[in-house]
Amino acid sequence: MTSAAQMTPRGFKKQASAALEDVSLQRALGNVRDGFIAKRSKAVAKLPEFDDLRDQAREIKDHVIENLDVYLERFEQNVVMQGGTVHWAADTKAAQEAVLTICRLVGARTVTKGKSMIGEEIHVNPFLEENGIEPVETDLGEYIIQLREEPPSHIIAPAIHVNKEQVADAFLEHHTDLPRDRNLTDNAALLAEARAKLRDRFLEADVGITGANFLIAETGSTVIVTNEGNGDLTQTLPRIHIVLASIEKVVPTLEDASTLFRVLARSATGQEMSVYTTVSTGPRRPGDLDGPEQFHVVLVDNGRSKLIGSDWQDILRCIRCGACLNHCPVYSAVGGHAYGSTYPGPMGKVLTPVIMGIKEAGQLPNASSFCGRCEEVCPMHIPLPKMMRHWREEEFNRGLSPRLGRWALGFWSRAAGMPWLYRLGARMSIAWMSRKARKLGRPFGAGQLPLAGGWTGHRDFPAPQGITFQSAWRKAKREPSRRPLGPGR
Amino acid sequence: MARNIVPRSQSPAPAGGSADLRSFEIPAPAAEGPGVGKRVGLFATCLVDLFRPTVGFAAARLLADAGCSVVVPAAQTCCGQPAWNSGDRRGAKRVARTVIRAFEGFDYVVAPSGSCAGMLRHQYPDLFAGDRKWLPQAAALAARTWELTSFLVDEMGVNTVAAKYDGLCTYHDSCSSLREMKVKDAPRTLLASVEGAGLAELATPEICCGFGGAFCVKYPDISNHMVTDKVRDVVATGADTLLAGDMGCLLNIAGKLSREGQTVRCYHVAEVLAGVAAPPIGEPLPKPEKGQ
Repeated sequence: MTSAAQMTPRGFKKQASAALEDVSLQRALGNVRDGFIAKRSKAVAKLPEFDDLRDQAREIKDHVIENLDVYLERFEQNVVMQGGTVHWAADTKAAQEAVLTICRLVGARTVTKGKSMIGEEIHVNPFLEENGIEPVETDLGEYIIQLREEPPSHIIAPAIHVNKEQVADAFLEHHTDLPRDRNLTDNAALLAEARAKLRDRFLEADVGITGANFLIAETGSTVIVTNEGNGDLTQTLPRIHIVLASIEKVVPTLEDASTLFRVLARSATGQEMSVYTTVSTGPRRPGDLDGPEQFHVVLVDNGRSKLIGSDWQDILRCIRCGACLNHCPVYSAVGGHAYGSTYPGPMGKVLTPVIMGIKEAGQLPNASSFCGRCEEVCPMHIPLPKMMRHWREEEFNRGLSPRLGRWALGFWSRAAGMPWLYRLGARMSIAWMSRKARKLGRPFGAGQLPLAGGWTGHRDFPAPQGITFQSAWRKAKREPSRRPLGPGR
Repeated sequence: MARNIVPRSQSPAPAGGSADLRSFEIPAPAAEGPGVGKRVGLFATCLVDLFRPTVGFAAARLLADAGCSVVVPAAQTCCGQPAWNSGDRRGAKRVARTVIRAFEGFDYVVAPSGSCAGMLRHQYPDLFAGDRKWLPQAAALAARTWELTSFLVDEMGVNTVAAKYDGLCTYHDSCSSLREMKVKDAPRTLLASVEGAGLAELATPEICCGFGGAFCVKYPDISNHMVTDKVRDVVATGADTLLAGDMGCLLNIAGKLSREGQTVRCYHVAEVLAGVAAPPIGEPLPKPEKGQ
């Protein structure tokens, strides 16, 4: 089996099929279904103005995106005024280099990291390792998957695919200084062990890297929300604090951020607010008791600025709450790794082609039944299915979708544009199918219907009724029957 | 090949036994009713046309009972969703133009499907965005397009039907009905008036059955996982009948029930509301007698 770290969007189908057969993964995914969904709906039910807040939140982000240059420059000015530095990174490579250059300023050997999806997107961990710097994840879920050498499988619950027993196994394998017969059966013991291990790492780190949920233009602050407090230790203990953020994270004011927080936590975990909300504004000032000596913000574009004015602009509203993943029947069937992308689920199906290109990521926007539940729960009203359809259109127009499918579609749409031809074809196919079904005496089973393997591999194909509706209707019109439509009337 | 199949022809026959399609009559509009004087174009949908003509007759009957005069334009084919959802805008437009032409001049266009009605109502304006010639016509069609049960209840004010059905039903909301067309109560309102029919709700009525048009054959394993969950939910209700308002979901769920050897009968909700008696979805009709 392909390891999670090697999975790609191109391999989605195979990876998904393997995930469906993975018993322990399927058990873990039950937690998504039963946990997040119920908690969100409870939290939403308790806040009657939730929908109004969603509208406000959307307006805030739309306004920012329309004026992104203005707010980013204002943000930079205020960061500088507070004594910090902003690094503009057009792509992954530039972002990696910016991080490395800062780390080398202090000859960093270890770096602690708060949870950051943009960090995953620019593959900062493997890059630092290649350059002799050890990154240590401090969010519990991230720590677990780092030990397991896996990418996150969910944007807010990176280790959602891991069962408790697997956590114990990872700890046994990596924490070799501890007695092998220690208690690793209950959550509290696992948590205490991780906490003790991480304390040491916090203290020895030279640089702390965090992400940002929002960047505040008016104050030059960055804000993160966490439930573990690891973010605070990551950014206050080392000499240097690096914030990694994508450009669309900027909002005008702290007030705006608080509106977004109100929909974020409820949509994500069903909390009213996350446990910790940490605002960072510049490095330590004279007289401050703690804080880093240097404060750097790396602003990453990586294709986002090109989305403005495009069919995918609305994805820039995304606040990474994960509600679309939690409510997606495809995500809850296959988990996050199968997508082979930093961002799984519906928002990932829209964003991944931006980052990797539609040629690489074309599978993802196709793997949707367009059930629309993602859009329904999205706190930012992002029309996710519509944007997936736009990707399919891009793929089709560039001739990237499978040739046989395109040919069949072209044939079908031409026939459907000529009703007389279509009716003839329909009548003949249905007469043939119905004769075949009558002979079978039951619906079509596996292999009993040509070209329908995709269907009959898993389910029977129902027998038609012998005649098309169009023929039956016209026949009834010509020969009015004396018999009623059916009994019971 | 060993398969554990209980032929559903051995399952209890629905009230009225089998139906011969060729005995179906064109329903005459009721003399009184909210739809009197209204010309309704019935968009049968391609799946009903191909696989379940009884649904077309049932829909026509329900509309006629409300007083509407029902017309089935011969030039209708499909709504164009297969092309639209595959990214083929040109192909989708080609099909959609046929639909627009076929349904000109009706007071209403009604489809026994949330998915196809949703395509006409919500997607056509997007499909023809920027098309000066066709957008106005597409928008006009969108504005008068309805899903069948919602049309009856929300537009015609019909809350009861005169039908009997002996069975405990469960109801699957199609995603497009539920989320695109915002139809949830209408089929239930009408079902409540069917004599003898009970309703046992699914535990997860808002989750997709895994059909999704081409999705179910492009991603058969994922689709199978979804429909397996759905079938488990259906069986857990204890209902003997599954109803839905969209043929796509019905073919999918009926096919899975059949594969698993379950005896739950599947009908389009319009069939039960119109009192149509035919073998449940999936069962072949008996061979017609000669000379009929």
